[in-house]
Amino acid sequence: MHKEAAIREPLILGHKSYHDVTEDVCRSIEDKAPRMWYILFGIALIIGIYGVGCIAYLLGTGIGVWGLNKTIGWAWDITNFVWWVGIGHAGTLISAVLLLFRQKWRMAINRSAEAMTIFAVFMAGTFPLIHMGRLWVGYWTMPIPNQFGSLWVNFNSPLLWDVFAISTYLSVSLVFWYIGLIPDFATIRDRAKRPIPKRMYSMLAFGWSGRAKNWNRFELVSLVLAGVATPLVFSVHSIVSFDFATSVIPGWHTTIFPPYFVAGAVFSGFAMVQTLMLVMRKAMRLEAYIHVRHVEYMNIVIMVTGSIVGVAYLTELFVSWYSGVEYEQYAFINRATGPYWWAYWSMMTCNVISPQLMWIRPLRRSLVFTFIISIVVNIGMWFERYVIIVTSLHRDYLPSSWTMHFPSHIDLGVYVGTIGIFFVFFLLFARFFPVLALNEVKTILKSSGESYKNAPSHGHDDHGHSDHGHVEDNTNSNNQ
Amino acid sequence: MAEKVIYAMYDDDDVLKDGAKLLVAKGVKVSDVFSPFPIHGIDPIIGVKQTRLGIVAFLFAITGTLLATYGMRFFMITDWPMNIGGKPNGTYLDNMLAFVPITFEFTVMCAAHGMAITYLLRNKTLPGMPAQNPDPRTTDDKFVIELKHSENSQFSEDELLSMLKQTGIIEIDQKEIN
Repeated sequence: MHKEAAIREPLILGHKSYHDVTEDVCRSIEDKAPRMWYILFGIALIIGIYGVGCIAYLLGTGIGVWGLNKTIGWAWDITNFVWWVGIGHAGTLISAVLLLFRQKWRMAINRSAEAMTIFAVFMAGTFPLIHMGRLWVGYWTMPIPNQFGSLWVNFNSPLLWDVFAISTYLSVSLVFWYIGLIPDFATIRDRAKRPIPKRMYSMLAFGWSGRAKNWNRFELVSLVLAGVATPLVFSVHSIVSFDFATSVIPGWHTTIFPPYFVAGAVFSGFAMVQTLMLVMRKAMRLEAYIHVRHVEYMNIVIMVTGSIVGVAYLTELFVSWYSGVEYEQYAFINRATGPYWWAYWSMMTCNVISPQLMWIRPLRRSLVFTFIISIVVNIGMWFERYVIIVTSLHRDYLPSSWTMHFPSHIDLGVYVGTIGIFFVFFLLFARFFPVLALNEVKTILKSSGESYKNAPSHGHDDHGHSDHGHVEDNTNSNNQ
Repeated sequence: MAEKVIYAMYDDDDVLKDGAKLLVAKGVKVSDVFSPFPIHGIDPIIGVKQTRLGIVAFLFAITGTLLATYGMRFFMITDWPMNIGGKPNGTYLDNMLAFVPITFEFTVMCAAHGMAITYLLRNKTLPGMPAQNPDPRTTDDKFVIELKHSENSQFSEDELLSMLKQTGIIEIDQKEIN
């Protein structure tokens, strides 16, 4: 067991025993759902169904129902795609990168952040698929032998790299998440009393028994998966940025894109985690596990990545001037002062100024302030992608083609619809899955739990915990 | 063949670890430990070897790298070479940089999935498998040591029980398992 300095704030507040951790997490699964859950689920479902309807209309009619035109052939579809993929970067970063760095605070949030990641990547994947117009030929992106002669997909194209990157990221995140879930499903299975949940969770738990050898393998698999998922996280958004960076469009043709996109992705992902966690900890009474200290750590990540994004914006401006290329220069002057100035300055305010407020300690420890900033950041990050994509396209080399982009109601419906579907998934997750990594939280209870940390005798055999007082008395009475 | 086993239950991981040390020092073979979370440091005490899944992951990773390399060489160089603006891309090496992202992604995909599937198979954890933990509380807050009579034939049943009782157990149980 690693000892921790007493001066560090405990990660688990209150006097929790192992059993309390189980109770606190399983309570929301075993009890009836509160009325608020049904209300939120209903709202999300209605919005989601509206989105599905819009997608069905789009597929039936063609992508002409979007507000695209000859000059702007990519707008909300790819904006939403990049936005969702970016949001989907926090979960694996938290569980993989922070695992490698042995950051114990990740354990309170990794499970739900990973769930959030998987649902966000689902939503992201929707956009390239429906933007094909003919969804049913989506499998043509795979290199499979076909009836058209020896015709393969183009492995030189970043769009194909994206196919591989996103599908690898989604499937590896799913595996990582599920392997961590198996022991926790076993806990719920062994507590379940009613037959149907018992059978359901037995199935989900895969017969997990918690043998020493199982745990030995579990720990190594988690470590190796974290090791391979870490470069994966960075590669995925780098490759997303190649979609733009390898083109020759002024405003896109920029070598700074990969690190800048990755920082932006982490930035928006953590903001989304904050938005969800702040509501979840309250609604599910998990304040002892996800508290101000965790929020503060995440805010520091938001501040650092937000600053990287800010530096990248300024570097882009500088390089466009320094390059001496007049088209490149115009692209950036047009962004800031052209007809899309409002989008550019929204982006600047939300992404560059708002995270800097996190330098102030009372602000980054304020839950209300964090909640507001987390939403502001994600609005800003949506505008960032919109600015990069639309403002670079709307005034091209031919002034007679210059135009503006006006989203149609289908654009709006599909976008809002994916938010609805995302929340449908997330609410189902919060209702039926363990939202805290039970087995991982239990491993840090003794090193980072408040009652153990600040116990007067920090000894090896007895941790001054009330539940352990009766060990000796029961020894004889329970023997057979 | 039915076998008699003793299950000794503890309610603290450190107590179990000390108990296991004591038993092993006396020559008792601890056949398994069931716990709700990994007990760090228990493996060397009860003689659980470090898993070789890391090697499996590496082998799958190499397989992925080779498959991706071979595949892209076949698709883009041998089978259907593309003329992209007359740029030199006639050989694999000329075109290699463009293949790096997919080679990397495919390596990761094979390593992660290959290892995960091997892990599930080796653990015998698959959908529909029955749970084997002796007590439902071992996935909550209790820790169990499993002793097999057949592996500890030099001790009598009473000797084993009395040794276990000195290690701070809270419950003890005997079962016949197949």
